[in-house]
Amino acid sequence: MFDYESLRLIWWALLGILFIGFAIMDGFDFGIAALLRVLGRTEDERLVMLETIEPTWEGNQVWFVLAGGATFAAWPQLYAVSFSGMYLAIFLVLVALILRPVGFNFRGKIHDPRWRALWDYVLIASGVVVMLISGVAFGNLFLGVPFKFDDDLRMTWDGSFFELLHPFALVAGLVSLSMLLAHGACWAAYKADHVVADRAVRVARWTTLAYVVFYVLAGIWLAYGVAGFAIVGPVVTDGVSNPLHKEVAHGSSWFASYMQYPWFWAAPVLGFIGAIGVQLSVGKKNLACFIWSSLMVAGTILSAGFALFPFLLPSRLDPRSSLTVWDASSSQGTLGLMLAMAVIFMPIIIIYTSWVYRVVRGRVTLDHVRQSGHGY
Amino acid sequence: MIIDPDVVTLSRLQFALTALYHFLFVPLTLGIVWILAIMESVYVMTGREVWKRMVQFWGVLFGINFAMGVATGVTMEFQFGMNWAYYAHYVGDVFGTPLAIEGLMAFFLEATLVGLFFMGWNRMSRVAHLLTTWFLALGTNLSALWILIANGWMQNPVGSAFNAETMRMEVTSFSEVMFNPVAQAKFVHTVSAGYVVGSMFVLSISAWYLLRGRNVDFAKRSMTVAASFGLAAALSVVVLGDESGYAVSENQKMKMAAIEAMWETEPAPASFTLFGIPDVENKTTHYALHIPWVMGLIGTRSIDKPIPGIANLVEDTKGRINNGIQAYDAMLVLRQDKNNAQAKAILAEHDKDMGYALLLKRFMDDPRHATPADIQKAADSTIPNVPVLFWSFRIMVACGFYFIALFAFIFWQSSKRQLEKRRWLLKLALWSLPLPWLAAELGWVVAEYGRQPWAIEGVLPTALGVSSVTAGQVLTSLGGFVLFYSALAIIDAVLMVKYARKGPDGLGLWPPAEPAPASTTVPAHA
Repeated sequence: MFDYESLRLIWWALLGILFIGFAIMDGFDFGIAALLRVLGRTEDERLVMLETIEPTWEGNQVWFVLAGGATFAAWPQLYAVSFSGMYLAIFLVLVALILRPVGFNFRGKIHDPRWRALWDYVLIASGVVVMLISGVAFGNLFLGVPFKFDDDLRMTWDGSFFELLHPFALVAGLVSLSMLLAHGACWAAYKADHVVADRAVRVARWTTLAYVVFYVLAGIWLAYGVAGFAIVGPVVTDGVSNPLHKEVAHGSSWFASYMQYPWFWAAPVLGFIGAIGVQLSVGKKNLACFIWSSLMVAGTILSAGFALFPFLLPSRLDPRSSLTVWDASSSQGTLGLMLAMAVIFMPIIIIYTSWVYRVVRGRVTLDHVRQSGHGY
Repeated sequence: MIIDPDVVTLSRLQFALTALYHFLFVPLTLGIVWILAIMESVYVMTGREVWKRMVQFWGVLFGINFAMGVATGVTMEFQFGMNWAYYAHYVGDVFGTPLAIEGLMAFFLEATLVGLFFMGWNRMSRVAHLLTTWFLALGTNLSALWILIANGWMQNPVGSAFNAETMRMEVTSFSEVMFNPVAQAKFVHTVSAGYVVGSMFVLSISAWYLLRGRNVDFAKRSMTVAASFGLAAALSVVVLGDESGYAVSENQKMKMAAIEAMWETEPAPASFTLFGIPDVENKTTHYALHIPWVMGLIGTRSIDKPIPGIANLVEDTKGRINNGIQAYDAMLVLRQDKNNAQAKAILAEHDKDMGYALLLKRFMDDPRHATPADIQKAADSTIPNVPVLFWSFRIMVACGFYFIALFAFIFWQSSKRQLEKRRWLLKLALWSLPLPWLAAELGWVVAEYGRQPWAIEGVLPTALGVSSVTAGQVLTSLGGFVLFYSALAIIDAVLMVKYARKGPDGLGLWPPAEPAPASTTVPAHA
């Protein structure tokens, strides 16, 4: 139905959609968790915060699991190299992700302020860790990571956890952190009792501002301080998935693809428009602000994906080993089958997810949590 | 490159521990969701409040367990990338697909609906909530289906072929992967085991209430549901387990022989060794108590087909290793000269045995230089740990028959309304609580430890699947898991016991206060 080149492009786009889906849907849960004690000053207020995401966070987290599963199936090398290479960083993310379901569930099971405070800090830490490390990992993609393949396509990695904490990657981490904090704050402004929502408005304003600063800083740094990667010679787009069949130069500019396809500029522009939209709309404490912050998230991730294109995971140790859209995918049959599955199930998922959000619509008030007496 | 054996050992240990730990929570989820769905259906059909309260009460315990199941499941997905990177590369094209479909079709459904199950009582109609519960149950079970399709492919890698250009297995027929007979047999066997776990859980805790004279109506109803569902489940777990055994004997003859401690091929129909002490060194089984014909019937569904013994299988393996070496050699020739027709022909003939050449990679860098002694060593390495398999299997099967008897007897006593008078039976039900977990875990030991030394049977040796990480890194994460999972296990157990002890009366769920409570929200946050 589709040729190999088109399927690879489609799956590159789907990978982007899955990560954007994850960042938008799960991102505000992370933001809410991280802001739990900033926006929720009393136990009741914290219950309000938690209840704004209570019925839906579990489903939202599947975006992450699905992004992982789809990467495994459609881009197996990307999955293998990134997860094993950044071993300890991924382990930290994993611990954070494990602590979230249990944290949300166990926090309310015992009526003791110390118990609840303990889980509050666990949830805060898990939110911050995931937001920060996701950004740091993205930042490292631009720097190139230290891996190479042997002839059997067995990967070796020559680097440590602390090398991931390059200053540029840390700035990328701050972009991610500030962006998702703002996104979470927008959700609280829309969904939480006005006492909490008013605080969220102020937090959303400041974090969006921080986001713009870090995003611009990262962009300038990327333009002038980080060398890009480029495929040298003819680009085979429908060849076998073996990264060793190409030559890659390290030293070009990451903005080359923006020069080649000027419409790519729409992505960072979308990020800025989203940030402006948040500033203008957050005071109204309605859904508009959340939609603007979602656009901000989408624009930011797209802008990074576009800059990397066609690279998925560049190697600074052995540039030839770099994974690109053209040589790191699954077979044509698998990509086609997975596409069919995605086309069938994504609309169904969107329908029932929307239904769930409709059922639990409405602002979570302090009166409500006091009356329902659930005490979590 | 030579693979660090410490990394292999530590990675295997970590995977085994996290998988067994994950499967403490999964079967309870798989079983109890159906019990919730049955109870809620009764509520919607009869309109009797007690059934709704039963759903809510067992729902609280389900919620604690569900959180642990979801949390520990993420670890399983992550580890394929973190610790088994070469595996992920080598089979991701085939193995990744069912995992991704699981996310799309099943996990999204259950995770999205679970919030509504707890928070939706007052927000939607009875029927809408019932549908939520049913779809939640469906989602969890579909999730098991796709995971077991992935696992079934590890046991019986159908519908795929080796591609020398990409150095990996690729899908040739996804419908073969999906309708893999091993996967289907494993799915029904595994979910039935989950239903037994769920039934025993409800049964044991209810028995405890009856022993204490608490929540009597509530507990009796729960026991009736659990015993009937449990009886059906226990029957099917044994029957379908037999089907699973037949499937294994077709394609994993070595696993079958190891389970039976069958050192030499027996004349057909083979006998079943009920008891014995397997002696690995002398390749014999002491004090063996044989039941004639049974094994031949289970394994071959016939009385005239022999079941091959371990010694014969090792001999066959040597032949396949030799074929594999030819395939490996042809692959290396093709890497230099990709149009070499002779090498292409050899590879096409022997690529099915490529994995057997890779068995040698544990001992040497280049399988082409293997001596007959090396080949013997590699062939011997395909014998799994016989005593562990022998005993795990027998204990599991004994548990299975015990469950049938227990559920049947309780079902009978319950229909005669004699349950409260049979205190010994209630005590037995209470103390049987851990047994289904034991059986389920041992089942996985048989399935996965019995597959060694293969990660993918006949395709990829486990040792080759590891990532190029250091032993120190794996030790760090393994230590982290041990500490962190132990802490979570303690918290989980404390909360489970706390809420089971509180019971529906302690939680104010039943009997209903007068007048009926304004809020029907479960008092615990789930």
